[in-house]
Amino acid sequence: MNPAVQVRRAAYDAIVIGAGVNSLAAAATLAKAGRTVLVLERRAAVGGAGSALEIEPGFHADAAYDDIGWIPSSLVRDLDLTRHVRIVSSAMPVVAADGNDASLTFTASGPDLDGLRRLSPRDASRWPEFAGRVAAIAGFLRTLYAAPVPDTALDQAGDLRTALRLALKYRGLGRRDMVEVLRVLPMSVAEWLDDWFEHPLLKGALAARGVTHSAFGPRAAGTAFVFLHHQVAARPGAMRSGLRVEGGIGAFAAGLARAAQAAGAEVRTGAEVRRITAARGAVDGVELASGERIAAARVVSGASPRHTFLELCDPARLEPGFVHAVSRIRYRGAFARVHFSLDGLPPLGGDRASGALVAPDMDYLERAADDAKYGRASERPFVRAFVPTVADPSRAPEGKHVLSAHVQYAPYRLREGRWDDAGREALGDRVMDTLERYLPGLKALVRRREVLTPVDLEREFGLPEGHAYHGELALDQAMFMRPVPACSHYRSPVRGLYVCGPGAHPGGGTAGVAGANAARTVLADGAP
Amino acid sequence: MTPRYDAIVIGGGHNGLINAAYLARAGRKVLVLERRELVGGAAVSEQVFPGFTFSVFSYVVSLLRPEIIRELNLPAHGLHVLPLESTVTPMLNGDYLAGWADHDLSRQELYRHSPQDADAYDEYGRLMHHMAYAVRPILSMLPPDPTSLSPRDLMGMLKFGKHMRSLGDEKFHALHKLMTMSSADFLDEWFEFDTLKATKSASGIIGTFLGPRSPGTAYVLLHHYMGELDGVFRAWGFAKGGTGGVSESIASSARAFGAEIRCNAPVARVITKGGRAVGVALENGDEFHANVIVSGLDPRRSFLQLLDPKELPADFADAIRRYKFRGSSGKVNLALSELPRFTCLEGNAPARAMLRQAAWRGAFSISPSLDYVERAFDDAKYGQFSRQPYMDIIIPSMIDPGMAPPGKHVMSIFVQYAPYNQQGGWTDANREAFGDAVVNTLSQFAPNLKSAILHRQVITPADIERITGLTEGNIFQGELALHQLFFFRPAPAWARYTTPIRGYWQCGSGTHPGGGIMGASGRLAALEILEHG
Amino acid sequence: MLKQTPFHPRTSLLCQGQNWRRWAGHLAASSYDLVHDREYHAIRNAAALLDVSPLYKYLVTGPDAARLLDRVVTRDIGKLAPGRVVYTTWCDSGGKVIDDGTVARLDDRRFRMTSADPTFRLLHENAHGLRVDIADVSESTAALALQGPNARAVLEEVTGGDLAGLRYFHVTAATARGAGGTRVPLEISRTGYTGDLGYELWLDPKDALALWDALMAAGVAYGLAPTGMMALDIARIEAGLMLADVDYVGALKALIPSQLSSPYELSLDWTVKLDKDHFTGRDALAAERARGPAWRFVGIQVDWNALEALYAAVDLPPRVPTAAWRASVPLYDGELQVGYCTSGCWSPLLKQYIALAHVPSRFAAPGTRLDFEVTVEHRRKRAACHVRKTPFLDPPRKRA
Repeated sequence: MNPAVQVRRAAYDAIVIGAGVNSLAAAATLAKAGRTVLVLERRAAVGGAGSALEIEPGFHADAAYDDIGWIPSSLVRDLDLTRHVRIVSSAMPVVAADGNDASLTFTASGPDLDGLRRLSPRDASRWPEFAGRVAAIAGFLRTLYAAPVPDTALDQAGDLRTALRLALKYRGLGRRDMVEVLRVLPMSVAEWLDDWFEHPLLKGALAARGVTHSAFGPRAAGTAFVFLHHQVAARPGAMRSGLRVEGGIGAFAAGLARAAQAAGAEVRTGAEVRRITAARGAVDGVELASGERIAAARVVSGASPRHTFLELCDPARLEPGFVHAVSRIRYRGAFARVHFSLDGLPPLGGDRASGALVAPDMDYLERAADDAKYGRASERPFVRAFVPTVADPSRAPEGKHVLSAHVQYAPYRLREGRWDDAGREALGDRVMDTLERYLPGLKALVRRREVLTPVDLEREFGLPEGHAYHGELALDQAMFMRPVPACSHYRSPVRGLYVCGPGAHPGGGTAGVAGANAARTVLADGAP
Repeated sequence: MTPRYDAIVIGGGHNGLINAAYLARAGRKVLVLERRELVGGAAVSEQVFPGFTFSVFSYVVSLLRPEIIRELNLPAHGLHVLPLESTVTPMLNGDYLAGWADHDLSRQELYRHSPQDADAYDEYGRLMHHMAYAVRPILSMLPPDPTSLSPRDLMGMLKFGKHMRSLGDEKFHALHKLMTMSSADFLDEWFEFDTLKATKSASGIIGTFLGPRSPGTAYVLLHHYMGELDGVFRAWGFAKGGTGGVSESIASSARAFGAEIRCNAPVARVITKGGRAVGVALENGDEFHANVIVSGLDPRRSFLQLLDPKELPADFADAIRRYKFRGSSGKVNLALSELPRFTCLEGNAPARAMLRQAAWRGAFSISPSLDYVERAFDDAKYGQFSRQPYMDIIIPSMIDPGMAPPGKHVMSIFVQYAPYNQQGGWTDANREAFGDAVVNTLSQFAPNLKSAILHRQVITPADIERITGLTEGNIFQGELALHQLFFFRPAPAWARYTTPIRGYWQCGSGTHPGGGIMGASGRLAALEILEHG
Repeated sequence: MLKQTPFHPRTSLLCQGQNWRRWAGHLAASSYDLVHDREYHAIRNAAALLDVSPLYKYLVTGPDAARLLDRVVTRDIGKLAPGRVVYTTWCDSGGKVIDDGTVARLDDRRFRMTSADPTFRLLHENAHGLRVDIADVSESTAALALQGPNARAVLEEVTGGDLAGLRYFHVTAATARGAGGTRVPLEISRTGYTGDLGYELWLDPKDALALWDALMAAGVAYGLAPTGMMALDIARIEAGLMLADVDYVGALKALIPSQLSSPYELSLDWTVKLDKDHFTGRDALAAERARGPAWRFVGIQVDWNALEALYAAVDLPPRVPTAAWRASVPLYDGELQVGYCTSGCWSPLLKQYIALAHVPSRFAAPGTRLDFEVTVEHRRKRAACHVRKTPFLDPPRKRA
């Protein structure tokens, strides 16, 4: 045992690595329960990938993603979040256009049914039933997500409770939806939508939800699950959660940090963890890049599983089977962000519209994904543009606007070329051209643009291979398989070390759920 | 007065025949009605050109259940499976990858390409052995209804759950991965050599409308390992006389047990009375009556064609309508004046000649890289047959010389992808273009092929549908996708060979476990009928 | 075709009965003479030359080479001085033996590992985050075993040096005079699989024939005999040395848990260094040591009188196997089968019927009486036997 540690009592009950949304939720939950907590963040500000970005002075965009996702009410209540963040519901219509005449507006409660009826009366008539199914299954997933996945062995009381709750919830679905859950999760979103609908624009827009943050196209099995995962946050068919944080995504993280601090947690920024230190198979603290060592009995890492176990830990001290599993987690980041500062409101094509969707049909998405399969950025990318300044004009100077584009597919690994300046600008141009085709007139409004490639996202926010969820969300990397079976309950093979990032169950697109679940596991494990 | 039977089996494919044989073996009076002039369904051998016999559709025996071979005494009825000794994959750089029956030789060959993969191959094989062992009981298990609260279903779910638990964490997780991953991703976790991954993954896409990078293709990798477990005979083989030899041996066994088999007897509809099946009517109007009617046809034909869908519960009819076929494979059968000379195996050294001889007795896989196979799928996704298709080739006349005149050969080429919904339809012109694509692609690897061709038979999914009746030409009577397996095959709550029509049963590959010349569906259905019918 | 070793041009001429078997994908001579007796006695009485090239061999180099090996194997490699060799096992995370072999420290940062099964991937999987280079040198290293009381004399003739200073389980670089006067650089380790005085020679395949010819020429005066696997099998049983795939199933090959063995269950306690830094399987092994292993691997000696009596009952003189066997033979305690032998032979030198066996720990004490199943004139009988300490044969010259 290291003598330095032997003499010094652990200064903190827990150290949380990173100050992303999940880390902060974990820290706040632990602090609320009376633990002494220290949050260590490499960057100068909290928020991680949920930070703001200034395109040019006065123009504020949400750097990596612009939808807060699912915020469980229990989290808001437990952390007293309403005191620190203003979360308002908001319609924020998104317009999907096919590049010709047809367009369809989606609000927080789904597609505009009158508009849909004009495109396809049959689809409009089937919508309510589809929406009901989606809501039922998403509701089941919410229950599944709100706690650690029960262990298959059910040998812990908590596992049994969760399993029973899940079983009841499952039975509660009724016979038809019980079958549907099992049937749909492994399907491709394209097959599933083909069962229901006929209009390409509707199917394209919905399928886009099934491929968001995935390297797969809509015909890949398991994308129906990804679709439903994203619907955990939203009402059926809505393109966004319907919740808006005042001040943007960055404000949410800042609010969480305030909540954590209010509960007694200490937050240090500009403090990069270089190593998680351990003795005799149990953590005893961390070492910073500065060389400073801080002792703690528990370390909760919001960094990616790969960074946590293969870089911060000494992989030579972990069982090879575990190292093998961690090193084979699939990331395959495939999205990029392009932010524009604009001289005026972009032509989104709808009343009070705050977003536009370029996913005109499922084949369009599939072809975009085909490019990524062979290591190319999509010739014709799927783009979801969001203009935060519609709802929140304070994010740009008077009369000016900001447009942020989520772009797929931009594979992290390019077979030809690199994500250097030339690659970055080529991507920016392509997105610009794509948007111009669907939103004619946009180009003339552009002042500046900021492109974040997968490599930028990795460097800036520690997103492994640029994957926003710290690991591809697919059935083989979900639930008890996430991030790897040996730490699907947030515990790791190193005693006292926990994972709490989106790489853990239930994954990204949920605001702090993994963090809060992880903290509950830490608390359940009691004193070290 | 028409003769009265205990059971009538519709369709003389291998599952129908097996079903009939088991029923007859139990003393039932059974009639099999086959539309075509010969039994076998997609497992038939026909002399398409004088002197040249082809296994027209299905061409290898892989998973025929050993208990069926034993219980129906098939070897005594002529079943003789000859081993396929190797698989050779020509590579684009002129080299090749060979897999042999001998472990040492396979390792040596793989080591040549990747030392790491050579080591990994054994470990992978062990995992797959465990997985096959884990899956095997499921194949012979009656799928429970997961939504039902009946004691029988709860017991079934319990048994299923118990079995899963008994695997232990490590194997359970591996099985989960196998069921949900793409074969490319799964193999990426083990191997680095692209041609190996491509060739392995190709076995995961056969009969599906999926590419090697599509999730859900990994578990078919198990198939090669399933048969090996049974040990009794070489799993992957070629039936003497072609696959028709398998069908004929089953038919012979069924007849020996007393079953009556009528060919040229197309069934037009199932006769129902008060919600109960009581007989069948042929297209010529003849009627036959029995208390048990078993359909070996695919679910769409069994329910939406032989019955008036109005007789079915709406949600069941919906489920059958949603059930996916999407035939994706074609077949090109060639009569050859000489053996194909694969460039990668040319050379004059004695060792080369030995290698060539051995290779001709095995299979050739045209799957040089994962991208190659994936691109073949990309074409099909958008409604076009693959310009450079994946092919699985054997030369049956090298294994059973009786298949061709002396000195001449037959070549069986299984081709993917040929989408059922080909753009512009499967016109004669498209069929020939498809045949040309196959021959041209193959000629890149075996340049003498074109001049050696005496006759060519090109079979598209539309042809498969027209000749064998398999909907959309799907060789498995419906895609083997996770959402169409076990208790979903063919529809939830109706995965135990019963149907919503009393007295009407199903026994085709469209029921659990389905797929290939396995015969488990036909047998399990018969056992259920004997117990509950 | 199976692979041929670099010595094949010579061994194939000498192998009178073309009596070959497989060894790691290679052709290996079972015996050169039609019967193996002379070869066995060469091992124990003169000198024997064995082609052991099929062994898997890996060169592990770099600043973290020792760390990598320490992470994998159960012995303490950090403490291994340059010029020394150890016999060791390596385990899976459950503490069950994957394989056994030797690790030689050729210099500070260079190790050669030998194994019965391929180990390339295993080493790679463990090298995450380590500065180390792993090379599979199985094909690029030819290997000979020169074993027997005259082995040193023969080797001194061809190297022209004094080898008395090369102690047991040490390794040194040397140069031999090959046939035709060529210089053959090689490494000589004082190791072997016979339990006798002996050496193993590691060299470049291009020098293989020159060295073989030189050794054979020098060996004439010392009774050197090219020796095959059958004679070796008897020698290694006498020496109590186990054989992977025969006496135990490696953890990566086992299909069911009962096929697994830990080093303790193989009575290789001395190869497990729990006090060194973390290695694969350590926790499981520490727990097993604390509670004591369930099984032990022991020597068995069949009582001659008992065997004689069984044969006398059918009016036959006692028969013993002419070659070593590799089959599972039950061991009984009264009516209950308690263990099983995995290989055995008649020891021509000791004049004893001996075997290697797995028994539950409570039967492992030397002297424990058990019954050994033997088939006498087609009928299964049991002969008394006793647990013996191994090695059965341990000549002082082995270490001297």
